[in-house]
Amino acid sequence: MSKQPHSTPLRMLALFGIVLVASLLNGCDWTLFDPKGQVGLEEKNLIFTAIALMLIVVIPVIIMTIMFAWKYREQNKDATYTPNWSHSNKIEVVVWTIPCIIILALGIVTWNSSHSLDPAKPIESSEPKMVIEAIALDWKWLFIYPEQGIATVNEINFPVDVPVEFRVTSGTVMNSFFIPQLGSQIYAMAGMQNKVNLIANQAGTYDGLSANYSGAGFSDMKFKATAGTPAEFDAWVKKVKASGQTLNADTYHTLEAPTIKAPVAYYADVTPKLYETIIENMQKGTNQPVAKSEHGEGHAEEHTAASAEPKKTSEMSADMPGMAMSTPQH
Amino acid sequence: MLRMVHHDDHHGGHDDHAHHDAGPMKLYGFWIYILSDLMLFASIFATFAVLRNSYAGGVTGKEIFELPYVATETAALLLSSITYGFAIIGMYKGSKSQVINWLLVTFVFGAIFIGMEVNEFHHLIVEGHGPDKSAFLSAFFTLVGTHGLHVTSGLIWMATMIALVAQKGLTPANKTRLLCLSLFWHFLDIVWICVFTVVYLLGVM
Amino acid sequence: MFGKLTLDAIPYHEPILVVTFILAALGGLAVFGAITYFGKWKYLWTEWLTTVDHKKIGVMYIVVALIMLFRGFSDAVMMRTQLAIAQGSNAGFLPPHHYDQVFTAHGVIMILFMAMPMMVGLMNIVVPLQIGARDVAFPFLNAVSFWLFAVGAVLINLSWFGGEFAQEGWLAYPPLSGLAYSPGVGVDYWIWSIQIAGIGTLLTGVNFFVTIMKMRAPGMTLMRMPVFVWTILCTNILIIAAFPVLTVTIALLTLDRYLGMHFFTNELGGNQMMYVNLIWVWGHPEVYILILPAFGIFSEVVSTFSKKRLFGYTSLVWATAVITILSFVVWLHHFFTMGAGADVNAFFGIATMIISIPTGLKIFNWLFTMFRGRIEFSPSIVWTIGFLITFTIGGMTGVLLAVPGADFVLHNSLFLIAHFHNVIIGGVVFGYLAGFAYWFPKSFGFKLNEKIGKSAAYCWIIGFFVAFVPLYILGFMGMTRRLNHYDNPAWQPLLVVAFVGMLIIGLGIAFQFLQLLVSYKQRNQNLDVTGDPWNGRTLEWSTSSPPPFYNFAVIPTVKSLDDFWRSKEEGTADVRPTKYADIHMPKNTGVGVVVGAFSFVFGFALIWQIWWLAAVGLVAMVVTIIIRSYDDSTDYYVPAAEVERIENLHIQAKAKQGQNHVQ
Repeated sequence: MSKQPHSTPLRMLALFGIVLVASLLNGCDWTLFDPKGQVGLEEKNLIFTAIALMLIVVIPVIIMTIMFAWKYREQNKDATYTPNWSHSNKIEVVVWTIPCIIILALGIVTWNSSHSLDPAKPIESSEPKMVIEAIALDWKWLFIYPEQGIATVNEINFPVDVPVEFRVTSGTVMNSFFIPQLGSQIYAMAGMQNKVNLIANQAGTYDGLSANYSGAGFSDMKFKATAGTPAEFDAWVKKVKASGQTLNADTYHTLEAPTIKAPVAYYADVTPKLYETIIENMQKGTNQPVAKSEHGEGHAEEHTAASAEPKKTSEMSADMPGMAMSTPQH
Repeated sequence: MLRMVHHDDHHGGHDDHAHHDAGPMKLYGFWIYILSDLMLFASIFATFAVLRNSYAGGVTGKEIFELPYVATETAALLLSSITYGFAIIGMYKGSKSQVINWLLVTFVFGAIFIGMEVNEFHHLIVEGHGPDKSAFLSAFFTLVGTHGLHVTSGLIWMATMIALVAQKGLTPANKTRLLCLSLFWHFLDIVWICVFTVVYLLGVM
Repeated sequence: MFGKLTLDAIPYHEPILVVTFILAALGGLAVFGAITYFGKWKYLWTEWLTTVDHKKIGVMYIVVALIMLFRGFSDAVMMRTQLAIAQGSNAGFLPPHHYDQVFTAHGVIMILFMAMPMMVGLMNIVVPLQIGARDVAFPFLNAVSFWLFAVGAVLINLSWFGGEFAQEGWLAYPPLSGLAYSPGVGVDYWIWSIQIAGIGTLLTGVNFFVTIMKMRAPGMTLMRMPVFVWTILCTNILIIAAFPVLTVTIALLTLDRYLGMHFFTNELGGNQMMYVNLIWVWGHPEVYILILPAFGIFSEVVSTFSKKRLFGYTSLVWATAVITILSFVVWLHHFFTMGAGADVNAFFGIATMIISIPTGLKIFNWLFTMFRGRIEFSPSIVWTIGFLITFTIGGMTGVLLAVPGADFVLHNSLFLIAHFHNVIIGGVVFGYLAGFAYWFPKSFGFKLNEKIGKSAAYCWIIGFFVAFVPLYILGFMGMTRRLNHYDNPAWQPLLVVAFVGMLIIGLGIAFQFLQLLVSYKQRNQNLDVTGDPWNGRTLEWSTSSPPPFYNFAVIPTVKSLDDFWRSKEEGTADVRPTKYADIHMPKNTGVGVVVGAFSFVFGFALIWQIWWLAAVGLVAMVVTIIIRSYDDSTDYYVPAAEVERIENLHIQAKAKQGQNHVQ
């Protein structure tokens, strides 16, 4: 009639096991399991702890599934058969208690780690923190170093073991600032600021990206974060300062135009408080990028399916009285 | 496929309760619908709560709300609930004319409410305080406007009921519908009390 | 006059779309041609399109769901193929403009136009039968709900042939989905197809809540209801509470786009975070709306095919209720990275984990139902075993994501994608397909081919792991979601494996369509004559397969849980009633189709901003309903003699087969 049932669950398990083992053998290379900074390291440990706690229940469940399916298959007439047995206080106690205990443990871990890994929480260090302002644009990242008075597109540098406070906002739609090898991501939203504190404890160049889909050029919205010695950082700052370009309202306006695969750019000096101005302007709506209608067709492709519609800008009352709002701080 | 047999004429003995319970079941179902509508309004209230101070440098509630005006339209709506109640009393008495007359009065009060609201909106838009000027105004127009759309739907329903009752009388089906509309109308009254408290009264304080 | 609609909207110059359109048009013509050739238009209209019979409405929902499964899976094929090749300088075959529509459509279709209707379809067919009722509380409303849903499905598919679809992800977060950043009609297709279908779903929620609360057979107390009915009751509570939030959220986005308001814009006070909160206040209950019925199905299936009473009925019911309530207090776990702060994140994380306790309890109850049973390896049980293993892993990865610190590095990565596919495929899809196989004979009167059914199940289970374990790994390797090309060469081999997994799942789907064809061909060898092909325990198995249109000639009086099983044990299952009575039934009506048609006009007109046409559609819908309210003859009585004739047919057929017997 039907084929032997046992071979299939066993086959399934074997297949899964092979895939799992093969990949675990490579696991040490995986970005999230090879963090280069304290934050990422704590997060990796958290992942392992949580998985380990849950495997206490998950592994027995999988084993029981396979064992029960095999032992109590109808062809096995020797197995006990109790068709009306449907309640057991002992079992109820066990299957409520053990998960409760595990979730209690996990809950404590969660409470503690949510606080210790709060992105806005400064990293304790003997080194003074560095501030880098990150502004998501279409489809690139603009970085401003307020203390050094420089700015770059799609490239940052900072010394190893120095805590960096990223202040993140957006000059466009919602994005997410993320350097996987260093740890936590945080959303970038216009008119608001989010902070994420990260640190690199090993030298290297790390990939950065946006982790929230933001339009046609999203796949190329990448940057590089290099951590090295203080001397290397100083040299890099010098290099940027030698570029000769200025980041002011006009050049920022040019940057706002949607571009895909934007090249790295350097700005030797920056209008003071430009980052704060960008946040304010996104709230006010006086800084709408001219090229916004291209955003909707949104790409460098030659054909568009949508009819190009003269876009309806939201009312930007030129007659609006001065802003009474303060920037919401996160 | 088993074929269906259609019969309009009188029936013999029957054993199922569905037929007898049709009215109460419809009313029960309408209560459940009201619960979903409550969730709808709750979401819009939550939205208003979040955006209530987002004036974007424009007008605040204090500057545009006129409480005496709102009190008048509130009175109209509350009175309309009372008059609807009289209509239902008439329904239980079996008096078709009482039902129709009080429904007409209710309709007039409801129409006054809507008219005044439309007038308020028009006035605000013409003065440059339309819903496209700030998030606060968007939330205000939407919360009050959604309630107004519900009331308008109620008025259309009411007009239909007036016609149905006039033509067919107080049939069981019509009575059930009148009771459902009654639930709807009073529900909208209660929502309005929340609206003018949260939006207008708290807005001008 | 025609708003934004111009001939430019038709994508003449997109080869993939042109080919798809031609194929769809040919397919449509073939279907129309076949119906005409066989002279079935009147039959279609009187028996199906105008029906208010819950059993047929359920079948129609499932037919649409299967068509949309095909459409949603095509999107998956495109995505997996693109990613398998688009590494480095290879840009793949799908430009971003397309790829982004594909992943958006894939999500919307699979959740709202495949999984939801499959569930609503099964709910429609089964629930009235399981509670001993003749139909749902509001049969006419049921038909209207179906047609509104169908219109939503039509609109979403139309977007490919006229205009474009949304490209902002299945939940279309603003400000990206706002007018400033998405001025095209894509988001508007998204808005109106979901809004119209959503109204249908909300009405279904009200309908089935009242049905279960008010139309249970006498003696069927709440604690004597089958577990499936309990899960459906809770599902409908979730629908009633959550769908209005979706309606509001999408309406607010619509107001931003159509009237220039500022709910979610960047400027003038808009708050994009509020959209995220509101949409997930709906979104999280939505996934429980999907999974709870699957849990109910597994409860039925595992008991029937283990030939044993369901273990822990009471705790299963309480667990379902707890999950229902808790599902409303966890929504923030979908955006831990938005910056709400440690206290808020921790609260929602812990609340999310707590849900795993009643869920785990259910898994143990199913395991202990199998324990000391006599398990028959039907396809439904294969799905169940696949579910128990797969869903447990998916639940584990979910609890992992519920730890905010872990989520900070896993949010929006392929790990997240793998997690939700894990629970949706392993839980929802496996459950619905198990239910499909289980109740198919009840609906159509013959069993499905079991060999092909099991092959399909194995392909899905194996295919799932091959397709999604690589994605878990890619998440750990730092790959984020919604990319249409990438540089890192280390990712490619895994994406190729995922591509192969997708092919295996495709084979599973192919087996399912094959199964339908073969089973239909072989139907006379697999007839379900008794109406009780699995020796079931619940009331639906006491009717013929298919049941008569009135379900029960005599409404049963229920004395216990698993009442049909009790009556078989006591020998009262086959007792012929001494007397039949007239049965009160609702009449078929075309009003549902008409309202649906006008809602299509309304939705289409709003998408293209043809205001006069939208007004016409809206007014027409209202007028149609008003006209209906003037109709006094919406029901009729089936004479007792006719009932007796129909019942006798079934009794005679059963007698030929032999008596029902209890194991």
